[in-house]
Amino acid sequence: MSSDTGTETETSRPSRSGLSDSASSGPGPTPPDTPTGLLTGSDLEYEHLKNRLFHGVLVAASLFGVVMLALLVLDVATDFYVGLTTYEVSLVDFVTRDGSQQAELAGFRGAIVASVILMLLTTILSFVVGVGTAIYLEEYAPDNRITRLIEANLANLAGVPSIVYGLLALAAFVNGIGLGPILLAGSIGLGLLVMPIIIVSSQEALRAVPDGVRNGSYATGATEWQTIRQVVLPAAMPGILTGTILALARAIGETAPLIMVGALFTNRLPLGPFDRFSAMPTQIYIWAQQPSQHFVHLAAVGIVVLLAFMLTMNAIALVLRSRYETEY
Amino acid sequence: MRTDTNTDTSSPFTGGGQTRQDQTANRRARRALFGCALVTILTTLAIFVVLIDNAASYFFGARITELLAGASLSQEVTFTEFFTGTRWAPDHATPAHGIVPIVYGTLVITVGAAFVSIPIGTATAIYLSEYASDGVRAKLKPTLEILAGIPTIVYGYFAVAFINPVVLDPLADAVFGVSLGHYSMLSGMLVVGIMTIPMVSSISEDSMSAVPDSLRNGAYALGATRLDVSTRIVLPASISGILASYILAVSRAIGETMAVTLAAGANAQLTANPFDEIMTMTAYMVKMAQGTSAVGTVEYQSLFAVGLVLFLMTLAMNLLNDWFKRRFQEEYR
Repeated sequence: MSSDTGTETETSRPSRSGLSDSASSGPGPTPPDTPTGLLTGSDLEYEHLKNRLFHGVLVAASLFGVVMLALLVLDVATDFYVGLTTYEVSLVDFVTRDGSQQAELAGFRGAIVASVILMLLTTILSFVVGVGTAIYLEEYAPDNRITRLIEANLANLAGVPSIVYGLLALAAFVNGIGLGPILLAGSIGLGLLVMPIIIVSSQEALRAVPDGVRNGSYATGATEWQTIRQVVLPAAMPGILTGTILALARAIGETAPLIMVGALFTNRLPLGPFDRFSAMPTQIYIWAQQPSQHFVHLAAVGIVVLLAFMLTMNAIALVLRSRYETEY
Repeated sequence: MRTDTNTDTSSPFTGGGQTRQDQTANRRARRALFGCALVTILTTLAIFVVLIDNAASYFFGARITELLAGASLSQEVTFTEFFTGTRWAPDHATPAHGIVPIVYGTLVITVGAAFVSIPIGTATAIYLSEYASDGVRAKLKPTLEILAGIPTIVYGYFAVAFINPVVLDPLADAVFGVSLGHYSMLSGMLVVGIMTIPMVSSISEDSMSAVPDSLRNGAYALGATRLDVSTRIVLPASISGILASYILAVSRAIGETMAVTLAAGANAQLTANPFDEIMTMTAYMVKMAQGTSAVGTVEYQSLFAVGLVLFLMTLAMNLLNDWFKRRFQEEYR
């Protein structure tokens, strides 16, 4: 910061007077009325030092997150490796066996199948309603109080803790209408949880379709619904699907709502939506809690399988986006 | 939402493609889609009804519908005991219903996590927005966003398998000479802090990037350094977005469940020792749901009383966030 040049500075940069204060409190304070208006050497050095320090702090802070991520990945990878070698967990046995009280015999098959069924049901339950809401809000909704209420409510729903969705599913579906702790009840909880995410990402995809495309359709005499079905939706579909897959990739790792629903006690192969279940994340939780190190390492192997599913889903979403996205 | 001219379906285009069936189909579709939108409102209502209904049977021994029908009102748990009692053990042989210890657990984890995520997240945002080259930003930003995508159960595992035994236990032993249990408050704070860093950094960075360059250039023209520009121009100009990101991170920390359950444990106690085990509201709910509490028991109902308090806390945070956005939004053109 340059040192002040008397009254001219006072009038032209009043808001920055605090800055020159801090500069003049440096190791080489300059008289405020130096007529040259140039920096003295020590002043500049002090400023450079401050800037370098600040830069260093910022880099360190940015690296903190990266280092933590690396440690987390390393920790899971190490435990995965130790699980495979020291505890002789065979990956083939791991994905083809169901749960067991004995760590040597415990596997993940029931949990994997349960998670896959959960995701399918969640998609069925939330996709149509979610995309429908997004279409209504983007294409039909008048700018009135009800619309604003829906939008505000949506923002609020996205901030509700996932465990509360679990409570809702527990009281309304597991016990309320007596479904019991079955896959369908769990997927209702997850479906309500991912609905706001699907709506918001679908809205973005619909917004990315330019109005010129719609107006072209209207000019041919099409109704709004015809325009949406035959012009807007096909154009927005890659974006909508990408958003949905990303939302499901988040849902597959959700643990708390499933625990609330009661997805804990069974680790058998579920055969349909009305079976009791323990999904991948809940099974990992059960194992991670055990005092036996063998079970803890089973949890690490389970985490690797779960992350593999999530990575695959993210990769599919990326491919969809890059291959089918229309550029306008 | 769009407010263009095509909302009128009886437009002059009727002579062309639009038949009466088309217009009927359009109206039907509109109604069906509005029905979809109502589902989101119904979800919120259902959450309220379920929580309040079951919490009512926790406090008054009767559901809302029974109370409205004139059921005798027997106060099972007094509000005074609930909000001021310092022992939380609804499932104990001699039950106690003071929610203070688990609210304290949630708040202490939230504050601790904020001490991690707010300074680090803000500094990261400044670095990304003001210092990093395009190449660095293109790598750093997605890397940090991976942190937000990792399931919370994995963070819980990270805490229980690495942070607690490998990092904190030797540290506590060397510095204070105490040995750590399986769980600790500090590891809960750390993992929740780490997982909320990307929320602070990416939302703050968006808001900092929205500050127009003319403001920066004006300051540079006056001889300001990059530090001056970052802290005195960009920070104040983007303060609404930055504060919104803090509120979001705090709200997320309050509702965080699996990581704190695995990291901080399930022992409801009022303690200031960061190496002690504590219980948050969410951890209590997980512990209760794991048990075999039958419907109608006070343990089962306590889930919803705690859930209601948790929901109201996050709702307050969300409303505060909305208010902040409206109140402090700076518009640049």
